[in-house]
Amino acid sequence: MKREYRTIEEVAGPLMLVRDVDGVKYDELGEIIMPDGSVRRCRVLEVNGSDVLVQLFESSAGLNLEYSKVRFTGHGVELPVSREMLGRVFNGMGEPIDGGAKLIPEAVRDINGTPINPASRKYPSEFIQTGVSTIDGLNTLVRGQKLPIFSGSGLPHANLAAQIARQAKVRGTDEKFAVVFAAIGITFEEADFFISDFKKTGAIDRTVLFINLASDAAIERISTPRMALTAAEYLAFDCNMHVLVIMTDITNYAEALREVSAARKEVPGRRGYPGYLYTDLATMYERAGRREGSDGSITMIPILTMPEDDKTHPIPDLTGYITEGQIILSREIYRKGYLPPVDVLPSLSRLKDKGIGEGRTREDHSGTMNQLFAAYARGKEAKELMVVLGESALTPIERLYAKFSDEFEKRYVGQGFYEDRTIEETLDLGWELLHILPKSEMKRIKPAILEKYW
Amino acid sequence: MTEGKIVKVSGPLVIAEGMREANMFDVVRVGEANLIGEIIEMHGDRASIQVYEETAGLGRGDRVVSTGAPLSVELGPGMMENIYDGIQRPLIAIKNAVGPNITRGVDLPALDREKKWYFEATAKKGDRVTGGDVYGTVKENEVVTLKIMVPPGVSGRIEELLSGYYTVTDVIGTLSHDDGTTSDITLMQKWPVRRARPYKEKLPPNEPLITGQRNVDSMFPVAKGGTACIPGPFGSGKTVVQHQLAKWSDADFVIYIGCGERGNEMTDVLLEFPEIADPKTGFSLMKRTVLIANTSDMPVAAREASVYTGITIAEYLRDMGCSVAVIADSTSRWAEALREMSGRLEEMPGEEGYPAYLTSRLAQFYERAGMVRCIGGEEKVGALTAIGAVSPPGGDISEPVSQATLRIVKVFWGLDSSLAYKRHFPAINWLNSYSLYKDRLAPWFEKNVAGDWMSQITEAMKILSEEASLDEIVKLVGIDALSDTDRLTLEVAQSIREDFLQQDAMSNDDSFCPPEKQHDLLALILYFKEAASRAIEAGAPIEEISQLPVRERIGRAKSVPTAEYKEEYAKIRAAVDAETSSAVKRS
Repeated sequence: MKREYRTIEEVAGPLMLVRDVDGVKYDELGEIIMPDGSVRRCRVLEVNGSDVLVQLFESSAGLNLEYSKVRFTGHGVELPVSREMLGRVFNGMGEPIDGGAKLIPEAVRDINGTPINPASRKYPSEFIQTGVSTIDGLNTLVRGQKLPIFSGSGLPHANLAAQIARQAKVRGTDEKFAVVFAAIGITFEEADFFISDFKKTGAIDRTVLFINLASDAAIERISTPRMALTAAEYLAFDCNMHVLVIMTDITNYAEALREVSAARKEVPGRRGYPGYLYTDLATMYERAGRREGSDGSITMIPILTMPEDDKTHPIPDLTGYITEGQIILSREIYRKGYLPPVDVLPSLSRLKDKGIGEGRTREDHSGTMNQLFAAYARGKEAKELMVVLGESALTPIERLYAKFSDEFEKRYVGQGFYEDRTIEETLDLGWELLHILPKSEMKRIKPAILEKYW
Repeated sequence: MTEGKIVKVSGPLVIAEGMREANMFDVVRVGEANLIGEIIEMHGDRASIQVYEETAGLGRGDRVVSTGAPLSVELGPGMMENIYDGIQRPLIAIKNAVGPNITRGVDLPALDREKKWYFEATAKKGDRVTGGDVYGTVKENEVVTLKIMVPPGVSGRIEELLSGYYTVTDVIGTLSHDDGTTSDITLMQKWPVRRARPYKEKLPPNEPLITGQRNVDSMFPVAKGGTACIPGPFGSGKTVVQHQLAKWSDADFVIYIGCGERGNEMTDVLLEFPEIADPKTGFSLMKRTVLIANTSDMPVAAREASVYTGITIAEYLRDMGCSVAVIADSTSRWAEALREMSGRLEEMPGEEGYPAYLTSRLAQFYERAGMVRCIGGEEKVGALTAIGAVSPPGGDISEPVSQATLRIVKVFWGLDSSLAYKRHFPAINWLNSYSLYKDRLAPWFEKNVAGDWMSQITEAMKILSEEASLDEIVKLVGIDALSDTDRLTLEVAQSIREDFLQQDAMSNDDSFCPPEKQHDLLALILYFKEAASRAIEAGAPIEEISQLPVRERIGRAKSVPTAEYKEEYAKIRAAVDAETSSAVKRS
């Protein structure tokens, strides 16, 4: 029997101070027994002499200093995992909420995980066809990559994420991805959109859902992504499955973290976020990947909304420094009605070079990709100039570039949420668009490739 | 041996009491799991300890034992081709011992204790030696022959020294000191990471570190023994530039420190470097490379130590009279680790929460670079070049880490996200980057590459800055308002940007560009400029000049293989002559 303490001294925001405890360890999971007998969970944030500072995972409403008791469990926060999790729905703390049977765990894992030894990582290089031209053609996703979607309020990032979850496949195999979905403080409607989309396409059977809604305790959000990743690691590295993790919305997670940090009166970094936000985000994002000793992989698509569409805000900024690229959505393209509204130029996939080319996609992929980027950038510049000086001020070649950029947005970007293009279709469309320009402009494409495909 | 008990645990910071007899910066073992930590503050008998591993599970009363020695690295044969974490634990050996994830409390020696190396003595019995003198050599691999040196601060007479096969801990001889004591000689020595290894004298750097990158060597060169930084927002290609420098720099050794960065990037280096042949030796690049990986998900305190571990290994190699390049990606993550520890210590913060000593710590790190006369009787000159990436939040270099770095380093390669969006790589902005070594290194380039090296580069820079001001005019009134000469300047500037400054790291023929080829390529573009401006003076219209087919050949000139470029460039020159003169005739 674990000792129970009645020595709760203070409760302030998400923090609670317990006095005169003995043998309590840092990062240990605690349970608070409320006067009515219900149990809430908490975690040790600091051990200081015989005092411990704990962080609540649920709201502190109803907590009573006199009658509430605390006991410590002797281990960290853990998640029971099992293959049977597929098709089930859990709350943000990993408890089933779909009314189904209790899970019989195959293993119990600490939700913090352990860092992957860089010497035992396998470099991600298998092309994932998402069926979205702007991703497959220009910002190629590979198995084991972490590629976030930077969005803004009111942009259809959920539709894009659902499209990827629906269409993603590794070529040459029929293997489907298992999806682990973590809803972090999003609205019921947004969560419902994903769930009904997964149901409609039958994907729900290979999906694990962790749901923390906007109405749930903010503080619970700190564990939600780690619960999801622990489940994903089990499926990927123990069960050798290919797992796609979608986490939305990281901004809510960072805000919950800020709340705890502020309550602890820590010295803030930028915009009030704690100085360790980078490290904290990294310990989540870096759990994606492939490693030796297992055939499975974790491909991660975190979604975050940029406050005021500002890419330099700490959350997108620090995320961009950790993840292997980013897909940025653009309000301007969205207004033009081109879906999915991917802002091609600032989007990037760092791992694309290892995933494309002969034997993976097609030999002309790299050259056409660079040519499309360069041409679109020049086309956009020409269009800006046109706005200031009028079309007549452009040289004939610049006029062609301007035309290219219009067509490119309309046909290459604006494919819609329900068109599933193969990589060949994407590449061929690229060539078709490049034909708007004269052949002599194709400086980024190797002569041999140019001769073969022009 | 001091033993104390934990009273407080807060993240990576542990406070223990009963530690009065421990020294500042001693390494301690914490708790049942024997986690590695370091004492960073003393208050009475309470020691503040930063723990290099995850502290979950530690509690009050757990044991803390001081080892009585500061955080040190093991220096000797076996470092090359290896990958270490921030406190020099061997990651490949850890993988073999505990599996793909790093568990806590793993304790493995940095240098393999089993492997035997052939030691060939060059000193002999009876020789008087002092720190830095060479006992003999060990051929570590096809490329690297290590000098086994007397550790700094040690001197005496060699009583015995034997060639043969030894492990790093085997006794290979004895040294008798002036006070009558003797000590054993081994292949390995230890050195505390936070103390710079001594040298006789610092020298002003006067030789370039050839990197094969046109933006670097031609435009903003760095000297052997110099310091440089690469600030840039995410996605601007910092890491690719760093990898390129690590691959192609003509240093004898490269120490690559992945400090708080992505795990896959280190894996990339680990997998890619062994496949690439060093242009100097023909053997794989990995043979002369040591990797330090403390990725962002690994414990934050060890990240703080990783840059010191790296630079201490580099100093040891420098002491052999070699040229060493230390490449740290990224110093911002290191500064953040400092900030996190400082916050936990409840220190008064300076700017943006960084501790007030940020600048002095950064300066201390970069000051360990330099070209030096090494210690020891034999005259050896070694150079340590330090190159650090900086990751400023939002790409705004007005933040403390960038500013503190810029005050110290001599070369600034400013990366620009707008160039990166246009896929202009490397995205080094030619207008705001600088190198304070440019003038000092000019004589070397003029002597060893070409006499007109500097004048040619000055001309190219002039054209690029003219372009920037002409662009302003074009944006206001359109291109038609420019004279033909100005329009030619724009065309040539575009050619310099696209055909010279852009360099494809993925292309086999362009990834490394030797200085001679750099010179000839720029000469080719300027040759076109001369010919074209003569043609325009003779009445040829700019529209026609800008559409000459030879320009496409100039565009592809950089990817002509190094072995064939001279011949091809001569042909292109001839074509420039022919096409410009026929343009004049047509007009």
